Amino acid sequence: MTPNDSKMFDPYAATRETTEGTVYSVTGGDWDSLVSEIGEAKEERIIVNMGPQHPSTHGVLRLVLELEGETVTEVRPGIGYLHTGIEKNMEYRSWTQGTTFATRMDYLGPIFNETAYCLAIEKLLGITNDIPERASIIRVLMMELNRISSHMVALGTGALELGAMGPMFFAFREREMVLDAFEAITGLRMNMAYVRPGGVQQDLPAGMVPRLRDLVTELRKNFKDNEKLLVGNTIWMKRTEGIGYLDLAGCTALGITGPVLRSTGLPWDLRKMQPYCGYENYEFDVITADTCDVYGRFLIRMAELEQSLRIIEQALDKLDATEGQPVMVADKKIAWPAQLALGADGLGNSLDHIREIMGSSMESLIHHFKLVTEGFRVPAGQVYAAVESPRGELAAHLVSDGGTKPYRVHFREPSFNNLQSTSAMSEGGMVADIIGAVASIDPVMGGVDR
Amino acid sequence: MSTTQEGMFGVEGTGDTSGYGGLVRSVANPGSTERPYGGYFDQLADDLERAYPDFADAITKVVVDRGELTLHIKKERLAEVAKVLRDKLLFEMCMGVSGIHYPERTGSELVAVYPLLSMTKNQRVRLEVSTSELDPHIPSLVNIYGGNNWHERETFDMFGIIFDGHPGLTRILMPDDWDGHPQRKDYPLGGIAVEYKGATTPAPQNRRSYK
Repeated sequence: MTPNDSKMFDPYAATRETTEGTVYSVTGGDWDSLVSEIGEAKEERIIVNMGPQHPSTHGVLRLVLELEGETVTEVRPGIGYLHTGIEKNMEYRSWTQGTTFATRMDYLGPIFNETAYCLAIEKLLGITNDIPERASIIRVLMMELNRISSHMVALGTGALELGAMGPMFFAFREREMVLDAFEAITGLRMNMAYVRPGGVQQDLPAGMVPRLRDLVTELRKNFKDNEKLLVGNTIWMKRTEGIGYLDLAGCTALGITGPVLRSTGLPWDLRKMQPYCGYENYEFDVITADTCDVYGRFLIRMAELEQSLRIIEQALDKLDATEGQPVMVADKKIAWPAQLALGADGLGNSLDHIREIMGSSMESLIHHFKLVTEGFRVPAGQVYAAVESPRGELAAHLVSDGGTKPYRVHFREPSFNNLQSTSAMSEGGMVADIIGAVASIDPVMGGVDR
Repeated sequence: MSTTQEGMFGVEGTGDTSGYGGLVRSVANPGSTERPYGGYFDQLADDLERAYPDFADAITKVVVDRGELTLHIKKERLAEVAKVLRDKLLFEMCMGVSGIHYPERTGSELVAVYPLLSMTKNQRVRLEVSTSELDPHIPSLVNIYGGNNWHERETFDMFGIIFDGHPGLTRILMPDDWDGHPQRKDYPLGGIAVEYKGATTPAPQNRRSYK
């Protein structure tokens, strides 16, 4: 094709003269016509819009790439495609209703969202030390189960994006088992709103502890499948070693936490450094790597699975020891009044409670009504409560004006912050390695955009 | 420092016949704290005073509340204080910016809050600056804490605080051509009333709700 031919109408490859030279825009799949035209050009600078709809960008992430051949010269991430205004919405709901919103941010780590939010409320209320031990144990148990299910998605999709399909099957098999456990405990697989201000929504169902012990055994056996597939696998290592490099200085400058930070060799884990929910009473190791690359982060996530299992086992022992103890704070002005019970028509408000408020105690009815419609008041002030989510420091910054609704809710989302490092990790590398770098950050766009 | 709140329900002018609308409540806000602050806060304040001679001039208020230390800083001194905190007091990380809008605080309606973290010392401190709605400028910390880039863009997007010196202060979550700043208190939540079986449930912002 000669340059003259290109003047023919081509719906996929239009050209346009600009001050910087000829710009070729390709919107369809016809690379041949583009390549034949670019063959004439002196300079080969390609700008590619990757996403927001792209199977390898972990959701609706848009990456504007500037390429010299296959070398990336600039990456500009574009976000906001999943912005749902959760923070604003929470200002119009009671403190308790907020959990239902918070849980929907980072949809792979709902329990972490809820826990960060509830820990912040409890700090505002000044009841952090009044949370029943059993409630904290259940929170820890749920968080560690959630860490496993979240890491399974990170590993499975990360491998899939780099072309390995097998790990995805195993990872989602394990994740499904954990989600089944969530369903048995909370009634929902995700977005459970299970952690509530003052404790958790309900105690574990009967027979759950032995079932979880079996789950731990099975998971420990199953994790080996993925380990055999990927650890030391030559192809996998060639795609991940030395890729997405970000050292400690880069991490601190960019505020990076979580596995990315630990892949620089710094054992920074809030569970150890600033324990919450009684993490100081559990034995586990903080996993690090010193390679600062995608492979290191992959190994960290793999090893953290085993540490989570260790914590779960200890939590199950503690649950046995605290059988029958309350899971909600004793203060009736804060604790949710109704208890759930399984009736003939499914799970609902306990009939004993209905009988009490409708039949025997008007004060109970008033109390129930006030707490459910109005909610509790939270003394004015601001707090910042952080937890170690699978992606790093997830924190809730809450401001109260003394009312029954939050005055301001802000979540410091690790995905949002860590996604900034995409450019630092990818620029100067090959275009195919962007995928690995983004996958190793493990961003969840629901959390990024909130 | 205390403020008062009147009425009980969030929506006014609905013909409230309950009498509760006449309620007046006084709300106590955490005020300025005197020494000793407790914990590592005294040491931190001493270190900062030594490392930063203008401490008394730059820091207008120190608040210790619920085990957290907040330094209220004059906005023009923010960058200096942050630099000292980073370089001399080893607060290597800034965990972002969170905006707050207080429409009733004339002259300091917009507040930006910076949670800082020192991994070396395992400590936290919070910086707070405020500015007027009419002059919503606050110096950017991107030169000191690079990770604040997106956080400042978000706070600009949501609150309209202009971070002077930011390398590219554009909207980040809302579309580029969006009008207004959604998380300001005078920006409505929106939503539509939903009708079901003849009854109408108003949009969340129009529902009768407790303050």
